[in-house]
Amino acid sequence: MLRRMIFMIPLLFGITIICFSVMHLAPGSPTDLQTQMNPRASAELRERLRAMYDLDKPLHIQYALWVRKLAVLDLGTSFSPDRRKVSDKILERLPVTVSLNILSMILILSLAIPIGVLSAVHQGSLFDKLTGVFVFIGFAIPTFWLALLFMILFGVNLDWLPISGLRSLNYEYMPPLVAFVDLIKHLILPVTLAAFGGLAGLSRYMRSNMLEVIRQDYIVTARANGLSERTVIYKHALRNALLPVITLLGLSVPGLIGGSVIFETIFGIPGMGQLFYMSVMSRDYPVVMGILVIGAVLTLLGNLLADVSYALADPRIRIS
Amino acid sequence: MKKRQGLIKSTIPIRPLAMKRISELAIIAAVFALILVWGCAEKESGPAGQDSPASTRPAYGDIMVEGSIGDASNLIPMLSTDSTSHSIGALCYNGLVKYDKDIRIIGDLAESWDVTPDGLIITFHLRKGVKWHDGHPFTADDALYTYKVTIDPKTPTAYSGDFLKVKKAEVVDPHTFRVTYDKPFAPALMSWGAAIMPKHLLEGKDITKSPLARHPVGTGPYIFREWGTGQKIVLVSNPEYFEGRPYIDGFILRIIPDMATMFLELRAKGIDMMNLTPLQYTRQTENPFFKKNFNKYRYLSFAYTYLGYNLRNPLFADRRIRQAISYAINKDAIIEGILLGYGKPATGPYKPGTWAHNPDVKKYPYDPQQARTLLADAGWRDTDGDGILDRSGQPFTFEIVTNQGNEIRAKTAEIIQKQLAEVGMQVKIRTLEWAAFVNEFINKGRFDATIPPLGINYNFIKWYVPQEEQRLVMTR
Repeated sequence: MLRRMIFMIPLLFGITIICFSVMHLAPGSPTDLQTQMNPRASAELRERLRAMYDLDKPLHIQYALWVRKLAVLDLGTSFSPDRRKVSDKILERLPVTVSLNILSMILILSLAIPIGVLSAVHQGSLFDKLTGVFVFIGFAIPTFWLALLFMILFGVNLDWLPISGLRSLNYEYMPPLVAFVDLIKHLILPVTLAAFGGLAGLSRYMRSNMLEVIRQDYIVTARANGLSERTVIYKHALRNALLPVITLLGLSVPGLIGGSVIFETIFGIPGMGQLFYMSVMSRDYPVVMGILVIGAVLTLLGNLLADVSYALADPRIRIS
Repeated sequence: MKKRQGLIKSTIPIRPLAMKRISELAIIAAVFALILVWGCAEKESGPAGQDSPASTRPAYGDIMVEGSIGDASNLIPMLSTDSTSHSIGALCYNGLVKYDKDIRIIGDLAESWDVTPDGLIITFHLRKGVKWHDGHPFTADDALYTYKVTIDPKTPTAYSGDFLKVKKAEVVDPHTFRVTYDKPFAPALMSWGAAIMPKHLLEGKDITKSPLARHPVGTGPYIFREWGTGQKIVLVSNPEYFEGRPYIDGFILRIIPDMATMFLELRAKGIDMMNLTPLQYTRQTENPFFKKNFNKYRYLSFAYTYLGYNLRNPLFADRRIRQAISYAINKDAIIEGILLGYGKPATGPYKPGTWAHNPDVKKYPYDPQQARTLLADAGWRDTDGDGILDRSGQPFTFEIVTNQGNEIRAKTAEIIQKQLAEVGMQVKIRTLEWAAFVNEFINKGRFDATIPPLGINYNFIKWYVPQEEQRLVMTR
């Protein structure tokens, strides 16, 4: 356990070095946005800006400077004109993205597991076939297109739900309960659409797990002992079929802070996807590196978490 | 409409001097009409309960909600270069002078000004009794501070260029501010349209770390209230504004990054105003809903699209070739095809109807026959019958580069490609990501021809005529 955690440190450095060099290899520099489109910006300004951002120093020095700050958990200051702290910029957007992702994850789990289990138990039935088609349509359909159709239907024609954003403009004047309902109304479309796209993966995974478990000897034994079909399926089979889902959940931990650019753009949600995309486009190195390093840490932690909880849940793989 | 004048002013005027050089030679251009639609739902505007169309006096009230593709970056105008930040800055701050709706320079924080006959000294007489949003009085010291901080090498501003030409700036008395130049400088007066910053909140502090970046305190018609990053910026009207309290009580800028979503928000009355594409103007808003709830307006935008040649390329060094291309391109077809007819062929960077526009420049009507004659004069003939002109065995072929993500430029390139093929030129199109486009192709001169974005700050088509350079310097 301790050994695994120690191994994570060089791994983390490897990831950051690769990210750092790839980012700097991309053509363009953070000063371009301020200088290229402006007929009044002089070459001297560009040099001044470069010096201000330490971009005039050799790459390895820049990396060392960045690591030194990281060591005290300082992600630096953004290169964009607002010059805010990277941590502020990330923390401001993190709650939105994380809660959206958790909500859609809950929705996915609560739909995909029953669908998967039922279609496995009734393999080949009409229900199995229909849900199969349904989840694959969800998987294949372009989200942005469906999102626009939903907006036209629910936002414009029926006028049931708000189209974009997270809150109504008069949010502050609402009583708490109304404000809460307002927030929920704004979340319905994005969460539903995000879940629709993710349904296929988990439900098919669950279905195949379940099919495999049902064929195991201990299920035959359980049936032979005369347990009711209900007990066999939902007590013995389901619990075993759920085990691999733990791994899947662990692997999705880094995904919680990632947002989809297209999705956030369509719905006007100020999330991490947009921040990351815009930072890459404007070559805002500190923000890009900040998000990447958080992502890397979460990936490593998620893997560790998945392994640990798997061992806790499944006695068969515990190392004695 | 009068109340809107305060809103339509630009803090940082665009002076396309660099562009002028380019487009005098790079000819094919089409001025594009950008169409603005705005309006409030009729039932919502006007005083509550009574709608009397006879009353012409505007009423106070309501809030204007506008959509914006991008969020602002820094609300200290001199530190940001994006249009969203500047549009908010223009509502919160004032310059000493501003443009009126006919693009003439009028007073803003300056009531009047005197220019000495030699053009070297400008004395601004400032308005009295103007207060910052926090109640502090505005004086000439604020103007002097703005000048000093703009030229301070430690300030990362893109706008110091004009102020660096000032030899001396001085406060004569609290309401008189005088600047002296070494040499006459034509844009001098308008350069004082830059937003004047509050000295009492900024002096002695690092402007890059100032809280004003996210909470502006100005003298303008609107007072900053709230900024939800990526969501909205809220302003409320300034009852003490020196031109009078604005009739619209508030302004909200909603950040809606997607154009399709923004149109749906307009449709659902979530925003009051937006720019329409020609397609939206002609097809999607010609229905009873929009006619009932919105007013549509259209005007020519200050934007044009043009084909620029790399004049270091020997192919384009011959004037006849450039003229032939001008004759071979049907500008009306481009306007019809891309803008659905809402545009005008351009003959220079200034739009018709402005004082800088010259209606008498030589025009190049669509005349493929003339193009063929010119090309033949230059020695380009189709000798092998493959439909492509050639000279000493070399086919006439060149490449147009443009940046990714702009539909108008990409489509223009395609139409030009087809039209030039008709007179026997083979054109290839290459679309590139922005950074690669600028750094690898434009800046290094590695291109034949380009349809560039406006505002690129280099004479990148490599136009250089010593006498002309001299003349441009003289016009200052």
